[in-house]
Amino acid sequence: MVRNIIKKAYATLVYAFLYLPIFFLILYSFNDSKYSGKWNGFTFKWYKVLFEDKSIISAVYNTFAVAILAACIATIIGTITAISIYKMSPRMKNIFMNVTYLPVMNPDIVIGISLLALFGMMRCKLGFMTLLLAHVTFNIPYVILSVLPKLYQLNPFLEEAALDLGATPLQAFSKVILPEIMPGVITGFLLAFTLSLDDFMVSFFTTGSGVSTLSIKVYSMTKLGVSPKINALSTILFIGVLILFILLQKREENTN
Amino acid sequence: MKKTWLSIPYAIWALLFSIAPIIIITVYSFCKRSTYGGMIYEFTVDHYKQLLEPIYINVFWRSLSLAAISTIICLIIAYPMAMIIAKSEAKRKNMLVMLFVIPLWTNFLLRTYAWMIILREQGIINNILIGLGIIDEPIKFLYNSGAVVLGMIYNFIPFMVLPIYSVLSKMDESLIEAAKDLGATSTQVFLKVTLPLSLPGVISGLIMVFMPAVSTFIISDLLGGGQTILLGNLIQNQFSVARNWQFGSAISIIMMVFILISMMISGKYKSEEGGGLW
Amino acid sequence: MKKIALLLVVCMMVVSLSACGKGEVNEQGYYNQINVYNWGDYMAPGVIEDFEKEYGIKVNYEEYPTNEDMQAKIKQGGTEYDVIFPSEYMIEAMKKEGLLQELDYNNLPNFKNIDDNLKDFTYDQKNKYSIPYLYGTMGILYNKKKVKEPVDSWNILWNEKYKGQIIMLDSPRDTIGITLKKLGYSLNTKDIKELEEAQKELIKQKPLVKAYLVDEYRNIMIAGEAAMSLVWSGEAIRIANENEDLAYAIPNEGTNLWFDGMAIPTTSKHKREAELFINYMMRPDVAKKTAETIGYATANKEAVKLLPEEMRNNKGLYPDGDILNEGEVFNDLGEFTTEYDRVWTEIKSY
Repeated sequence: MVRNIIKKAYATLVYAFLYLPIFFLILYSFNDSKYSGKWNGFTFKWYKVLFEDKSIISAVYNTFAVAILAACIATIIGTITAISIYKMSPRMKNIFMNVTYLPVMNPDIVIGISLLALFGMMRCKLGFMTLLLAHVTFNIPYVILSVLPKLYQLNPFLEEAALDLGATPLQAFSKVILPEIMPGVITGFLLAFTLSLDDFMVSFFTTGSGVSTLSIKVYSMTKLGVSPKINALSTILFIGVLILFILLQKREENTN
Repeated sequence: MKKTWLSIPYAIWALLFSIAPIIIITVYSFCKRSTYGGMIYEFTVDHYKQLLEPIYINVFWRSLSLAAISTIICLIIAYPMAMIIAKSEAKRKNMLVMLFVIPLWTNFLLRTYAWMIILREQGIINNILIGLGIIDEPIKFLYNSGAVVLGMIYNFIPFMVLPIYSVLSKMDESLIEAAKDLGATSTQVFLKVTLPLSLPGVISGLIMVFMPAVSTFIISDLLGGGQTILLGNLIQNQFSVARNWQFGSAISIIMMVFILISMMISGKYKSEEGGGLW
Repeated sequence: MKKIALLLVVCMMVVSLSACGKGEVNEQGYYNQINVYNWGDYMAPGVIEDFEKEYGIKVNYEEYPTNEDMQAKIKQGGTEYDVIFPSEYMIEAMKKEGLLQELDYNNLPNFKNIDDNLKDFTYDQKNKYSIPYLYGTMGILYNKKKVKEPVDSWNILWNEKYKGQIIMLDSPRDTIGITLKKLGYSLNTKDIKELEEAQKELIKQKPLVKAYLVDEYRNIMIAGEAAMSLVWSGEAIRIANENEDLAYAIPNEGTNLWFDGMAIPTTSKHKREAELFINYMMRPDVAKKTAETIGYATANKEAVKLLPEEMRNNKGLYPDGDILNEGEVFNDLGEFTTEYDRVWTEIKSY
């Protein structure tokens, strides 16, 4: 009983830590002043300003399109790669893992600049495709790092047993292995999606042809100060996502 | 059964978009700088020599220690949290995990600004403390290393919680039961069974927090008030205001080598598993 | 569920790929789209739309946070920006690197609207490559409740009385620049002795400094949490509007006079349309709209006449002639840029 209370209190505290800044971010979207230095009174004007800015809508669209596509592609490639790394000889494993660490270690600006140079050499026109390529590149390692631990945990005889019982390798993978490593795959997808959504440096240097993302817009505003219309936008997106997940959760609880 | 051919797509991808860029950066690091910051393709090791000056070694030391402190605190906070999520009811698990990443879906810069609203001298915490009569003068939370560590923990903690959670969930329960049947106390079960089994997840978490923490720069600019310079800032400056890509490349190459070596030393036991790191 | 997700992904991909329209010549004989690359929020709302309507040219608008980020992208290729808005020292650097195209003044009749005092500086002699867009000075924004003495010298930023109350900019060129001015040197100095003297001053000042900030100085000054801050003129006026205790002063030792210009990079394939756009930006009504929304000073003398009186007569924004003469414009430092960076790193890690 006491243990449960401690657990609940601890979890609440950690979540409060995570959501405290979000609360203030939302609160200041209703601030009448452009600056968060003082509270000038309640207003909806930033929401109005937001809806008058067409370029933001397209930036939001690009941001989500890139994040979803990049996370999906990275999850597929990453999971397959993790499985093959798991089965490699230690030497090969070492080589692959060290290559995997490269994009994690590299500062964003170095990834951005070096990809920009690479695309320049390859005479690629910067745009949505280069942006997507860059995102997949820095996403894959996070998927591999999320899936591998689940593979190490796997009972090594599980796949053999499935094969002995007459399953094809593909069946063994999809019916036996995949369900076991699913938490890792989902974790990888979520981390990849999160990274893509919020990336600025790499996106800035790999995009072009009028394709802008939300982060690029926000960072570009630092010269004149980030407008609270971005707070307004974040509020809408945040509440939208929250409602979506509550609905999904409700549905799941009902079906169970 | 060998399935190494499955790694071919990634091998090609990595060759093109991870290794080729690193080669470009390596080439840059040995080039000379032209008057306006362009590349002169003549070999020089000057940029590496420059890094041996004491100020740059200090920057290295400060960044690595701040990142290490943040990573350890992250681990201490995250492990119990991951266990709580992993042991909660099946239908609530997904929700709890999602709640951990959703805050990160709002813009990083805005989240950091929000911290400044909370922590600054006339911010909410100081106002509450003064209102309650606990302090008379506002506490200076911002613009020091403490604020930088806080910012790192806040931004990177999901990268620690999620991998640990994923190894703890669907863990082979029969092992734990067997241990209990054999008379192990719950502390013993944790130390001898749960913890070792979750180690791969912990290691993934450590990597995903420590490495980005070393090269972060916005957190130290904003929450640290630009009072010190970290590796991330140093590299950032070379690619921006200093327009010295050559030196910036040299720093990042050295940084990568350094991280790989330091991880190799701290993670020796992993070598039999083949966790990487040469 | 899975199928819906897949469908969604495919749809997104198709839409994204087909998003960029094809370029062709429109009825007025112009190529029907140009790419404009500007700082974030650095253009008045509606200006782009009006241009699109008037000339039937679609403007692809992208934004950048710093001069160097913009320069890196143009230098590496893969982009086709037609109009950019670099600051003065960057115009000089890009010009010398061959990244800018010479302007054809036959297509830019509205250049006559630009104030003669703001033309022909060393960064771009005879304005061959660039036209000033907005400009300003640098000074001290201070809180009258905390600073009772007159603010007329950079020395006040070194006054022990204000320990922990001083904000400097996290920008090496600006912060070192005003220190050089305080010492009576040029802010474009390439003399290592002078630079190291400035470094000593800044190290001496460091214990007094609350923080070196990029953009948060605004909120701290508005909240009254600091006594003074180094600030650009346009920003100072904007911030001072939010808190009546704040005032802006330009020290007597002289200051930095800065420009953000409009230029055409060599990657542009549609120079004529780019010049059409720049000429449009120099129209008094458009320039007035720009200056009014952004709050910085416009170099367009005809537009100044159209501005509301309180803006036009604000000496912080539109200083008298002598301050313009005392103001020193940044030049690109060439190979000396790295020395400034080393000095800055040393100050920061002290």
